[in-house]
Amino acid sequence: MALVAISASVFAQKVNFKIKGSDTVLPLTQKEAEVYMKKNAGSSIMVTGGGSGVGVSALLSGTTDIAQSSRSLKLDEKMKLNDAGKAFTEKIIAYDALAVIVNPANKISKLTREQLEGIFTGKIKNWKEVGGEDLKIVVYSRETSSGTYEFFKEHVLSKKNFAPSALLMPATGAIVQSVSQTKGAIGYVGLAYLEKSVRALDVSFDKGKTFTAPSVETAKSKKYPITRPLYYYFLKTNEKKVSPFLTFVLSPEGQQIVLKEGYVPVQ
Amino acid sequence: MKRFRRILEKFIEGILLSSSTITSLTVILIILFLFREGLGLFNRSPLEHNFIIAVSKQNPVQDLSSDQLKAIFNQDITNWSKVGGVKDSIILFTINDITNYFSEEELGASLENLPQKLNEFIEANPGALMHVSEKYLPKKFNGHTIHVKNISVGDFLFGKQWYPTSEPIPSFGIWPMIIGTFLVTFGALLIALPLGLATALFLAEVADIRLRNLVKPLVELLAGIPSVVYGFFGLIVIVPLIQGLFKLDVGETVLAGSIVLGIMALPTIVTIAEDALRTTPLSLKEASLALGATRWQTLRKVTIPYAKSGISAAVILGIGRAIGETMAVLMVTGNASNVPHSFLVPARTLPATIAAELGEAPYGGLHFKALFALGIVLFLFTIIINLTVAYIRNREKK
Repeated sequence: MALVAISASVFAQKVNFKIKGSDTVLPLTQKEAEVYMKKNAGSSIMVTGGGSGVGVSALLSGTTDIAQSSRSLKLDEKMKLNDAGKAFTEKIIAYDALAVIVNPANKISKLTREQLEGIFTGKIKNWKEVGGEDLKIVVYSRETSSGTYEFFKEHVLSKKNFAPSALLMPATGAIVQSVSQTKGAIGYVGLAYLEKSVRALDVSFDKGKTFTAPSVETAKSKKYPITRPLYYYFLKTNEKKVSPFLTFVLSPEGQQIVLKEGYVPVQ
Repeated sequence: MKRFRRILEKFIEGILLSSSTITSLTVILIILFLFREGLGLFNRSPLEHNFIIAVSKQNPVQDLSSDQLKAIFNQDITNWSKVGGVKDSIILFTINDITNYFSEEELGASLENLPQKLNEFIEANPGALMHVSEKYLPKKFNGHTIHVKNISVGDFLFGKQWYPTSEPIPSFGIWPMIIGTFLVTFGALLIALPLGLATALFLAEVADIRLRNLVKPLVELLAGIPSVVYGFFGLIVIVPLIQGLFKLDVGETVLAGSIVLGIMALPTIVTIAEDALRTTPLSLKEASLALGATRWQTLRKVTIPYAKSGISAAVILGIGRAIGETMAVLMVTGNASNVPHSFLVPARTLPATIAAELGEAPYGGLHFKALFALGIVLFLFTIIINLTVAYIRNREKK
């Protein structure tokens, strides 16, 4: 887990707190914290990963001030916070879109959600079943512990399990590399990881009526369906402490960083 | 002066003793920790702590196997009649679905009405299968809980499915990984053994001293390269090569893992085997040559038999190196949890699974414990390997 902790001389809007949680949000938060600390010398923001669930339980136990999460709180997590008498605030700081990618040699350019479900759960095994050439489909996925895996499973596979034959890659970069060198491959990656060596598919969540290509614009307008909000959660009692940083993240400058890191800005 | 020296010696002795005590204690503590966490997986419900599976009171179904539950939540079974109930479709319900049936106001600001609403829900939907926390069940619950079988060692070792984060019932079957680990290791040995032993023979017997001084450090340098570099090299070079060579759909295969591991095991095999070959006394070799044996005959009949135990140790330590390797394998074998049936399909290994998943498995949870149980299996494998080395060495001494 990466760790950023910088402190310098005393100045201006000094803040000192910890952020913990989702590995999807981690690179973004790190960058934001870095820029913020550079602008406000003397501030110290410690950012660590560990997964969305880890962040929320840290918020509950009081070992972090902000929990970063790539999903909204589950009901049982809300209950636990309620039980502990901790009122919290939820802030969406950016959006992340997942692109479904194939090898550039593949002639397929669009798929419906139902087709994607069939492919990723192993019911559809050959590209000719969805109108492509006679070629075996090779499914690439992230590891089970990744938030991206969970999101894709819940959102695209209607909570069904991935096929046991799916190849689980340790990093998003490895998925891009493998899809680019395997002709029958299909995989999914965050918008930020899209490259020329792979091709993103248009997807339809209304049974084939409209297909949308993934891009910052379509994700922003919510036209692209595989989009998820990224959240910061913090306790109401901590609001004063974290609000200067939060204001910065949501400011035009902070949102510019969001865009630069490959995520989708809120406004 | 003499007295001073004696005190100094005692002091050094003390330092040596405490160092070795600390080392042994650390090792024992780690092993204890491994077993404590790993064994916690067994003989308990596969459901997370405090969670239960419940159905309506009218529902005649009393217990379901993990496989049936999995099929139901995977929506492969959608009717109660398939699992011994009445003909009625199954309505899946987890606690997070409650907001689809009742508004937040109805549930109350701090969810105080939740238990009562759960009751209303199960009454209105007799076909429901609920996965909820015990804590939120109403006192007079209109349903009954379903008994789920505990996780057994047999299911763990011979189960064929690995879905550690699947809700509500995870699957912890490591059979595909055991087979995967063995195949990858075996393949690595097939590659590394002939190559490594031949290199060792060449260095010990054939090469002149200048060449030897050049090649041996080079081979040893292989051991110093970080394994992630091997993995990356494998993914970019070996994987596409195998894919093109065998006209495969996927290049991430057992073979790719075996090649990368074979290269990584080379330094161990070469160094130890070469050292063993060089321990053959010169007098023995000279005697053989004096009797008129050729250099090759001497090598075959005198040097190799004399160094046999050392060579065996090299082989087994090579296996040890290959079986425990993590990062390189993680990147090139594809990690699909199918049971591999040849060298040209993807596979998942034990160490790669631990490395890939431990980072995000919630501390103390079932998944966490399952990964430690994987660690125990791996630990037992390496113990067996090391005992074999000790056995062979002892036998040779006699």
